[in-house]
Amino acid sequence: MSTATPAPVPESVANEAVEEAGGGQELETGKKRGKSAAGNAARAVSSKWASLFAVVMALAWTTPTFGLFVTSFREQKDIQSTGWWNAWRTGFTMDNYKQVLQGAEGQPPLTDFFVNSFVIVIPAVLLPLLLASLAAYAFAWIDFPFRNALFVAVFALQIVPLQIALLPLVTMFQDLGLGGSYWSLWLSHSAFALPLAVFLLHNFMKEIPASLLEAARVDGAGHVRIFFQVLLPLIAPALASFGIFQFLWVWNDLLVALTMLGGSPELAPLTMILNTISGTLGNRWYLLSAAAFISIALPVAVFLSLQRYFVRGLLAGGTKG
Amino acid sequence: MALNSKRRAAAVLTGIVAVSLSAAACGGGSSDSGSGGTAAEDTTDYSKWCDMKSELQGKTVSIYTSIVTPEDAPHKASYKEFEDCTGVTIKYEGDKDFEKNLPQRAQSGNLPDVAFVPQPGLLQTMVDTGKAIPASKTVSDEVDKYFGADWRKYGSVDDELYAAPLGANVKSYVWYSPKKFTEKGYKVPTTWAELMDLTAKIATDDPAAKPWCAGFGSGTATGWPGTDWLEDVLLRTAGKDTYDQWVAHKIPFNDPKVVEALGKVAAILKDPKYVNGGFGDVSSIATTTFQDGGQPILQSKCYMHRQASFYASNWPDGTKVAEDGDVWAFYLPAVDSSSKPVLGGGEFVATFRDAPEVKAFAAFLASPDWANAKAKATTGGGWVSANKELDPANLVSPIDQQSAKILQDPAAVFRFDGSDMMPSAVGAGTFWSEMTNWVKGQDDKTTLDNIEKSWPAS
Repeated sequence: MSTATPAPVPESVANEAVEEAGGGQELETGKKRGKSAAGNAARAVSSKWASLFAVVMALAWTTPTFGLFVTSFREQKDIQSTGWWNAWRTGFTMDNYKQVLQGAEGQPPLTDFFVNSFVIVIPAVLLPLLLASLAAYAFAWIDFPFRNALFVAVFALQIVPLQIALLPLVTMFQDLGLGGSYWSLWLSHSAFALPLAVFLLHNFMKEIPASLLEAARVDGAGHVRIFFQVLLPLIAPALASFGIFQFLWVWNDLLVALTMLGGSPELAPLTMILNTISGTLGNRWYLLSAAAFISIALPVAVFLSLQRYFVRGLLAGGTKG
Repeated sequence: MALNSKRRAAAVLTGIVAVSLSAAACGGGSSDSGSGGTAAEDTTDYSKWCDMKSELQGKTVSIYTSIVTPEDAPHKASYKEFEDCTGVTIKYEGDKDFEKNLPQRAQSGNLPDVAFVPQPGLLQTMVDTGKAIPASKTVSDEVDKYFGADWRKYGSVDDELYAAPLGANVKSYVWYSPKKFTEKGYKVPTTWAELMDLTAKIATDDPAAKPWCAGFGSGTATGWPGTDWLEDVLLRTAGKDTYDQWVAHKIPFNDPKVVEALGKVAAILKDPKYVNGGFGDVSSIATTTFQDGGQPILQSKCYMHRQASFYASNWPDGTKVAEDGDVWAFYLPAVDSSSKPVLGGGEFVATFRDAPEVKAFAAFLASPDWANAKAKATTGGGWVSANKELDPANLVSPIDQQSAKILQDPAAVFRFDGSDMMPSAVGAGTFWSEMTNWVKGQDDKTTLDNIEKSWPAS
């Protein structure tokens, strides 16, 4: 806990810092003031043409999804004979959803696998968040030898595509006796997430005024206390935005699960079931659209409820707006 | 203060440790796949698996297949007799990416006990890894007794039997609508000439529809229905020996006989008068998925669709698949009625663990007990085996019964789907992609030359 002894701080700076740290209100107003960069950006994108462009883009991106949504309510023979834009003529049905949710002829209900997805996704989000914020703190505020070189090395790992690490990882987990277990998924998802997470959180932590930390040190806080009581609340938007990223990535992941969970079909997440729901010869692919919408319902809900943090976390530094 | 933070850190740490420990406890079901190795001469008679309870009780056999829902349910149900008799638990895992994942699992040491390999080429690959275990004497005897010599060959590598045949399918089928045929007074053709006459007749009789419809689309495997077309026709025009040589690349891929066969396919699939009922012009074949390929038959926009027996499951619910129903399939005629070549496919039971429960299970799967149990369990139809002792009466659907009869017909000459036996660079690569280009307009010669060029040298 004493890797870095707090340096003596000039009294005036300390006082200022304490005042600044005095209450959340101060920080809130600080946020409102510093809008220069964001403001410029906002003005740039609010012109008429930019708006038109945005609307066109939004339509282009949503139309296929909307088509898929309409398809999920159509009968098999309609899906196979006409396009979704004919749906208003041919009628709608809830059969696909019923069949997917309740399971039919040997098909286990999709809901069974929601639990698996949760069991995979929660530790796979919390673990990298915890590790990355600790590492980011060390990189940002603890002075140790080769700090910058190590930081560059960590970020450089971001360049390595996860696909090339997959097979060696499976072999390694197999040798450790963790093959085909949730551990292999949690650890690999965490490992793949860490470089970016460390980088993002480091940038956030770095932006927090040094005076704040010094004030905390003067008050007698050690690294652990500073981390948990001063820094963590301040980087909450960053944690949330990275958390959403990681949640969506893990929830939608098929490749890692497929590779790691070989031999353990009972642990399969939703995506693996989605992959097989169309049947051996693809003769039930009409169920896919319904199943896809069920499986994205939760990520969409998570995203919508947390998007405030998401945007704030992406645009802003720690204490600036 | 310092003490406080220390205690807090300790609490956090213990929390993490506790979470990880308990998680390890629930997540720790590691698989029990074994490694290969040459077996000492094992003379146990595993066909008496039902008397082996004392030895096998409580053991688990994991199987890994490309068969997923809903076709996996009858599979699981058909093992019940074995499980009851021996006390062995069968752990079933289906994966649509089976072909890609099985070699990967061999590499990472995570092999299942048993895998249902659908291609002789893949079986060869697995034997090359050294992890596959040769079939026991019991299985070998059973294969001799219940399957034809051609089937034994497809499950063998270098004349050693590794995998007994499991299921089978018949690809030499043409789907049609019996109602429509009766209505128009058409007869099911029995020779190739009759088939072409009928095609021409339909084209003139019904300008609103087309005689044939087809779809080559199948995701990353787009083009495979085209390879089946060529193989089926080559088997008819050139005979089984030429076909075998062609598959083994003892004659070049672009041999004149193959050119002739492709010409015959082109006479149907590339004639705008004959295709593509319900979808558009010739090139629409490339973009239509194989699942959709035959559907226009139901809307009377198309009369005939060449596709395997398993296409039966692609008709929408409520379609009657029977000789007097909405759709039915006739045997793709040979050049004349003197020969009866059958193109088909199937799965083979490869084993990767040398243990009595695995051998007993393999012996069970090769026996007529299993074939008939599976037939009864497959209530929806869509399954057949080449096992000679399979009683067609146990099969539920008429099309399966017809397939079983074709497979058991002593006059039938069965040949495995050639693209499944060629090196995967061709059989699961250029053969698919070049057939797709072919149907998009590339000429016969260029197509065959390109595939020949891509054949791996060795």
